[in-house]
Amino acid sequence: MSLDIILILLIDGLSTGAIYLLAGLGFVLVFSVTRVIFIPSGDIAAFAALTLAAFQSRTVPGSIWLVAAMAALACLAECMTHLRNGTARRLPHAIFFYAVLPLIPCIVGLMIAKQDVPEALRIVTTMALILPMGVLIDRLTLRPLATSSTLILFIVAIAVHFLIAGIGLIVFGPEGVRTNPILDGVTTLPGGVVVPAQQILMMIVALLLSFVFYLFFGRSITGKALRATASNRVGARLMGIRPERAAATAYLIASGLAAIVGILIAPVTTMYYDSGFMIGLKASVGAIIGGMASYPITAIGSVFIGILESWASFLASDYKEIIIFSVVIPVLIWRSFAVHRDGDEEIEELA
Amino acid sequence: MNDALLSLEAIHVAYGKVEAVRGVNLALGEGQITTVIGANGAGKTTLLSAAAGLLPWSGRARYQGEDLSRMTVEDRVERGFCLVPEQRALFGDMPVLDNLLLGAFVRRRDKAYVKNSLESVFEQFPRLAERQAQLAQTLSGGERQMLAIGRALMSQPRLLLLDEPSLGLAPTIVRDVLKRVRGLRDQGVSILLVEQNARAALDVADYAYVMDTGEFVLEGKAADMASDPRVMATYLGGGVE
Amino acid sequence: MIPARSFALFAVLALLALPAVAPPFLVTLMSHVGVSSLVVLGLVLLTGIGGMMSFGQAAFVGIAAYTTGWLTTALGWSPWLGLVFALALTAASALAIGAITLRLGGHFLPLSTIAWGLSIYYLFGNLEPLGRHSGMLNIPPITLGPVSFMSQTAMYYLIWTFTLLATLFCLNLLDSREGRALRLLRGGAHLMGSIGMDTFRTRLRVFVIAGILAGLAGWLYAHMTRFISPAPFEVKISIEYLLMAMTGGASQVAGATVGASLIVLIKNWLQDLLPHLTDNPAQLEQVAFALMLILILRFARSGLMPLVLKLVKRMPRPVDVQAGLLPKRRLPATGETVLEVDAVERRFGGLVAVNKVSFNVKAGEIVGLIGPNGAGKSTMFNLITGTLSVSSGTVRFLGKDTRRLSQRQIAALGCARTFQHVKLRPAMSLLDNVVGGTYLRTQAGYIKSGLKLDREEEERARLEALMRLEQVGLAERAHDLAGDLPLGQQRVLEIARALALDPVLLILDEPAAGLRKKEKDALAALLRKLRDDGLTILIVEHDMDFVMNLVDRIVVMVFGQKLREGDPTTIRRDPAVQEAYLGGLA
Repeated sequence: MSLDIILILLIDGLSTGAIYLLAGLGFVLVFSVTRVIFIPSGDIAAFAALTLAAFQSRTVPGSIWLVAAMAALACLAECMTHLRNGTARRLPHAIFFYAVLPLIPCIVGLMIAKQDVPEALRIVTTMALILPMGVLIDRLTLRPLATSSTLILFIVAIAVHFLIAGIGLIVFGPEGVRTNPILDGVTTLPGGVVVPAQQILMMIVALLLSFVFYLFFGRSITGKALRATASNRVGARLMGIRPERAAATAYLIASGLAAIVGILIAPVTTMYYDSGFMIGLKASVGAIIGGMASYPITAIGSVFIGILESWASFLASDYKEIIIFSVVIPVLIWRSFAVHRDGDEEIEELA
Repeated sequence: MNDALLSLEAIHVAYGKVEAVRGVNLALGEGQITTVIGANGAGKTTLLSAAAGLLPWSGRARYQGEDLSRMTVEDRVERGFCLVPEQRALFGDMPVLDNLLLGAFVRRRDKAYVKNSLESVFEQFPRLAERQAQLAQTLSGGERQMLAIGRALMSQPRLLLLDEPSLGLAPTIVRDVLKRVRGLRDQGVSILLVEQNARAALDVADYAYVMDTGEFVLEGKAADMASDPRVMATYLGGGVE
Repeated sequence: MIPARSFALFAVLALLALPAVAPPFLVTLMSHVGVSSLVVLGLVLLTGIGGMMSFGQAAFVGIAAYTTGWLTTALGWSPWLGLVFALALTAASALAIGAITLRLGGHFLPLSTIAWGLSIYYLFGNLEPLGRHSGMLNIPPITLGPVSFMSQTAMYYLIWTFTLLATLFCLNLLDSREGRALRLLRGGAHLMGSIGMDTFRTRLRVFVIAGILAGLAGWLYAHMTRFISPAPFEVKISIEYLLMAMTGGASQVAGATVGASLIVLIKNWLQDLLPHLTDNPAQLEQVAFALMLILILRFARSGLMPLVLKLVKRMPRPVDVQAGLLPKRRLPATGETVLEVDAVERRFGGLVAVNKVSFNVKAGEIVGLIGPNGAGKSTMFNLITGTLSVSSGTVRFLGKDTRRLSQRQIAALGCARTFQHVKLRPAMSLLDNVVGGTYLRTQAGYIKSGLKLDREEEERARLEALMRLEQVGLAERAHDLAGDLPLGQQRVLEIARALALDPVLLILDEPAAGLRKKEKDALAALLRKLRDDGLTILIVEHDMDFVMNLVDRIVVMVFGQKLREGDPTTIRRDPAVQEAYLGGLA
């Protein structure tokens, strides 16, 4: 094997790892705040890719109808909760956040869909359209069960994946898409190795966003409030931090990261309505490496998964999924030896 | 009593089929320290958690004239109604400074206010200033209690509910903590103090209730209660008439 | 109301008669129901009863199907040999996955079974000998001597024989020693450890059983359809099995068949209907099932079984008073040292919860441990029983250093406890809760229990439990649910369970809390009687009247340290103790 190939595989792996890193950060964030393993974030990434592709081919993306329908249902659910709890004064607030805000990008999307508009506007509209999806999914399916065990929440998250992936087929159709690269062209590294600019972009975006993530949680009070909710839920409530709002913020950030993942990956990989599952699961392997708790270890784990994937697809492409998922095993063995003896575990109540 | 800052009437709290609090009436005067004392297991913590909105309850409860039954924990906090729970509920994996800053979460937008609050908390608890970069979980028991109170003070509450601030603390530290509680009252904060350490609580309080197996069995001016033999009896046996 | 036996008999007769009266397609459909029931049966044990979750059940089915498929076609072996290897391979896979995930938090098992299920699916689709994505054809039918299970009707009977036998096995198992451990899993590791059960092993075993049941289903499936491809072994199908379990009622064995029937029928109906409505029937079916699962979890978490159970009258099995007794241990002579706590320390981060505490407890005495809230009494209890490990110092129980012993081993030595926050299974009867306490005194394993060969021992254990209930005065309510007792009586029930361990030392954490005056007197009388019988008792209690009149000696703890030790009268008069309780500031 020549040095060139090693270098190419490494760069390919780093750029794939960058994708898993972004998705993995979202995983850890949502899990630490809500105890939900948010598998559907992969679907959200796929929908972002399909939405952008639809805009590029001058068609109305199906996600507009999906988001609008979800917003209507979520708004209805929220209003009914307020009426039942006797907090009718919050109705305008609920309508604004659950109906008006998500509908704005839907309308913009309808207006620009068939027009010749700058690429940047398409990307921004796609982002804005996809951004509320996590929050809406949470409001409709997970929040009503927020006090249930991790197990129930996980089953629901998986069911939601199958639900929205199925709907994805209906609204997007079965065809795979590739979007136009955001950055065209190639860069030649010293030594003559040619790297697509899109891959460089993926790495830069991941680095940049990791840094923003770090600043957000280290410096901003909103970020600290999210960490506080993860650290001690009762304590956070006693400070006036509303858990449902913390959850909504976490879902918003995770959806945003997923949308970026979808937009970055679509020019290099063909995306189908159900491609999200694999992205989500592989990113979750990175998050498992980080114990669903540590951001830095998740980042390292995700990059490792990316590099492993590029090597596996080069050496044994038929078995690459098997190789990647097998990585979980040593990680789990290591973790299971690290479990200490003290403390009673959570009692899982199913029935 | 209509002029009470907090009034509880016929409050019941149940865990499943077990009633831990049975028909309690309490009125808390503005600017006073009101204490609820009683042996372990009397239902004091349950009462306080219910008043703060952490447990479901039935009965009538008003704070500043507003009905509490529709208010969440967070609604109460926004109105200056703060609980320092028995377990302290600190953010153990975060530094002391962040714990304090989050104490002012409901007034986070007013940067000058947060800064002033922080300075005043550091002034009252210089130890916290020394340890501001340390993680909360590395603090000793007394420091944790100071951090819990300091964090609650960051929002400059009008009513502070303190659950067993003396719990697990050595006598000298208990004295120190309770001295500060009195200092808070002098700054105008109304306080509901739940304590097992009866003498210490009666020493600082203005008005006192004695709780036994879910009910209030005695009430009166704290000064009168301190010498009442029936208080002793609820602790070390002998029964209350 | 129909008695449960008649109801079951009726169901079996209906299954028997079905091929005679129903059209062939329904017989085939019911064969599929039987196969699915087996998988779901495993999920009921695993999820509904054990509180675990797996998304890998379809993959287990697949492993078994491919094993037998390959052995019978490529090597031409008998399907019965195929069965042996299929079950061995599924059991081994389950054992391996369980061993590495079941010590971890609840979400690691489902997450790793997804990853594993996908890997297996890709493996099936990529291995040349397994026919890649096109699958394997011409799998031979099962034969037994001259009988061939080639026809759908014959296969129907074979499948349902297996399914009904497996159901019976599971019902027997749940009503046995290991089955009780399984039903206690959701009570948490501390409860199980206190009566000598091993949480991890119990979990692992039930996961393996669920795997074997799925393996059996896979073997039947391969020889029924006689053609296999990777599709029925996808993760998506695991979700369908889960949906079946939830629809039927995940905590009831019979729910497996109810749920499987319903979902297979709905699926069949959707497959007829959807192609008329859409070009993507498979995906719409997926949407429908996912939606159903979400709605069931939200609105009807106990599934359909509660409705079925309303029709059925179930009589509690009476206790056989003629049964023999369980062996009893010899108690140490009065005055011998039972427990030595020597300079024990326990730190939590910066907190010292227990600080260099030493005391002894001698055989045949009742020692009270008192002190204000937060003094470290419960921590002390947890250190003695092995629930927590000591930071420094030693605890010796019957002369043995317990530092390296687990909670279970300490319980096995004869240390039984109750909990400050009651740990019972509210949906189990008083009797069943107490029989759990005899775990260490009985031996029956899974196979013996499933085949009902454990009855003699089981009857002894039940009699023992009834006697303990009688001892604490709860015998009349033996068949009521533990959750229906008032909290105070639940504490007494915990004492009965602790006594069923036949302990040397009984450790009671606030046993009198929530009891009325008369009940407290009865409890005190019981504890005195137990002491007179040679039992040693260590007790934490806040009701001073109760403690002072009961115990022989008192140890007072304050701020994690021992303040005083002495007889009740001296302690009550001690100014330092009064100060500790009432505060020393005045």
